[in-house]
Amino acid sequence: MTACGLNPPARVLVTKIGLDGHDRGSRIVAAYLRDAGMEVIYTPPWQSIPAVVKLVLEEDVDVVGISSLATDHLIVPKLADALREAGLGHVGIIVGGIVPDDECPALLQAGVSAIFGPGSPRDDIIAHVAALAAKVRDVKNAEFREIAQ
Amino acid sequence: MTKQAVQLSLPGFEQAHGGWRAEYGRQIGADRTIRNRSGVEIKPLYTPRDWNGDAFLENLGFPGQYPYTRGIYPTMHRGRTWTQRQLIGLGTPADYNKRVRTILDAGATAISLIPCNSVFRGNDCDEVDLPLLGTCGTVVNTADHMDQALDGVPLGNISTAMNDPSPFTLLAFVLAVAKRRGIPWTSITGTSNQSDYISHFIANHMFYRLSLPGARRVLLDHIEFCRAYVPGWNPVSVVGQHMQQAGATPVETMAFTISTALQYAQDCIDRGMDIDHVLRRFTFFFDISISFFEEVAKFRAGRRIWARLARERLGAKDPGSWRFKFHGQTSGVDLTVQQPLNNIARVAVQAMAGIMSGLQSLHTDAYDEAITTPTEETARIAVATQNILREEAHLCDVIDPLGGSYYVETLTDQMEEEMMALIGKVDEAGGMYKAAEAGLIQAMVGQSALAFQEKVESGEEKVIGVNCYQADNVAYAARPTERPELERMQQHVASFAAYKAARSQTDVNRALDTLKRAANSEGENIYGRIVEAAEVGITHGEIVSLLREELGFGHPLVVV
Repeated sequence: MTACGLNPPARVLVTKIGLDGHDRGSRIVAAYLRDAGMEVIYTPPWQSIPAVVKLVLEEDVDVVGISSLATDHLIVPKLADALREAGLGHVGIIVGGIVPDDECPALLQAGVSAIFGPGSPRDDIIAHVAALAAKVRDVKNAEFREIAQ
Repeated sequence: MTKQAVQLSLPGFEQAHGGWRAEYGRQIGADRTIRNRSGVEIKPLYTPRDWNGDAFLENLGFPGQYPYTRGIYPTMHRGRTWTQRQLIGLGTPADYNKRVRTILDAGATAISLIPCNSVFRGNDCDEVDLPLLGTCGTVVNTADHMDQALDGVPLGNISTAMNDPSPFTLLAFVLAVAKRRGIPWTSITGTSNQSDYISHFIANHMFYRLSLPGARRVLLDHIEFCRAYVPGWNPVSVVGQHMQQAGATPVETMAFTISTALQYAQDCIDRGMDIDHVLRRFTFFFDISISFFEEVAKFRAGRRIWARLARERLGAKDPGSWRFKFHGQTSGVDLTVQQPLNNIARVAVQAMAGIMSGLQSLHTDAYDEAITTPTEETARIAVATQNILREEAHLCDVIDPLGGSYYVETLTDQMEEEMMALIGKVDEAGGMYKAAEAGLIQAMVGQSALAFQEKVESGEEKVIGVNCYQADNVAYAARPTERPELERMQQHVASFAAYKAARSQTDVNRALDTLKRAANSEGENIYGRIVEAAEVGITHGEIVSLLREELGFGHPLVVV
């Protein structure tokens, strides 16, 4: 077992989609999750949605963390749709950064499980990602058992 | 160096000092160690034993005199106050035009333009997701768009800063507009204030993604072109802001920024340019954090270091080359989403630090900048903050008002010493270009960011509303987030598409071919061809994608 309760450890993709390049937040959160024992796949900014979907598939990602500081969160619902279309609807999505209050509901409805604004405690982020990854892993394991039978 | 040598004779000093120290120790109990953001230990009291004015002329001197520690001009703000330059960028060119006129009415004395993030990515508006257009900057893709954005703005009489990374298409559009309006390029003033490509590779990554060597060449062509044809324009702004925002300490920021300036200056020399001809048009752009005295010391030390290195290392002979001209922006990193109105107080303190440091130009953040693009009302408060500090607080009465403070002078000396050590480290790595290419700078900045975050989380570094005084966090009644109207933006995109279709394809091809040839011929100035392309209606995206093909695509050099 690892620090976060999963074996093999939770696999988290920390990335930025859209147009913004500021990455101080995503680098810090990536380091937190890594230090908590998770396997972090980190990309430079400006990933296209298809590129993120491909990474999720190839890297067997449990949770996708999108950092958005400059309105790129507006296309997160599009990412959620693309994941579902690729049969990856069970993969967890969290968003971190600046999301105005009145724009949160649209993200949550689209399947984002949590939005971490500035000042979110490190432990809250880690606990949420760990629980979310465990849930995703259950789905994956059930699918695997089905295939194995 | 700046170390003290002479001890003043102060009869009775030691006894009185010892008496104070004993009493201080008795009352304070277990004193804690305080370090500023740069890691310099801060004592409870500074006296003439820390700094006594020794080597006054050598280290401080007078305003407008080498090494300019006290300011780069003899009159400083008592003569001409700083330029109030608010960064603006939003929506369509028409939206921008409306906002810029409001700001000019409110008292701003210069303008700036931030392009939409799509422009930063090198894309035209017809290539990106509609909801992302115009949310953080203006969608300017052609000379026509620039013409709309600057409608009614007296181009020849007002300084314009363009947030315009290499290959500087926004300035090309401005020059095209000037030509249309019959305004000579010699009367155009302002700054390419995102010309520091190294800072983009290291930190904020908001650049048009030309390769590192490609960006290096285009910057040199841009400098040569501007010096020849747009002499009032500052083609180089070396940006410390990106690094400090990404987590560099104030000492690291100043050191790396000066190392970057040394790199660009050396590149100019290697190309055979006259160093005095180019350095007088070098400018700097910094973050001003809320660490008040540390910021003042940062700028005073930076001014002194630059003067000495420009003269001694680069061999510049003209005092205009030694002067460290800088624009300051109050740091958004210190602003909080929690209790956002508190940001007005933070911005005022940051701005005071910048003003007391003798800056040449200032942007004050709007209090809602931690949440969204400022509204008209919050932008007005930001400008008013500057007006209050200038008109009511009497900050401009005395030049370098903190000069001579035992504390500030000691801190200036200490920070200068640490900056010089870091500049030496970059020299050892072969200069800033190589140090960035190797990831050396990114690793240090990343470490500092993490260390600061850990201090905030442990509560060692207090942030009101974030790790203390949270009880006052009442729900902030934010007005509904304003986003560009999708329909209007769609019209903007549609008319852009129509514009492209209506152009003579032969003319477009000819301009792009010329640009391509210039890119592949080392002796030719590529920037002159970019300006020509802008004049005949070539778009931003077309120019950038061609140059990426010819000069290489730029990936940010990220180190986690």
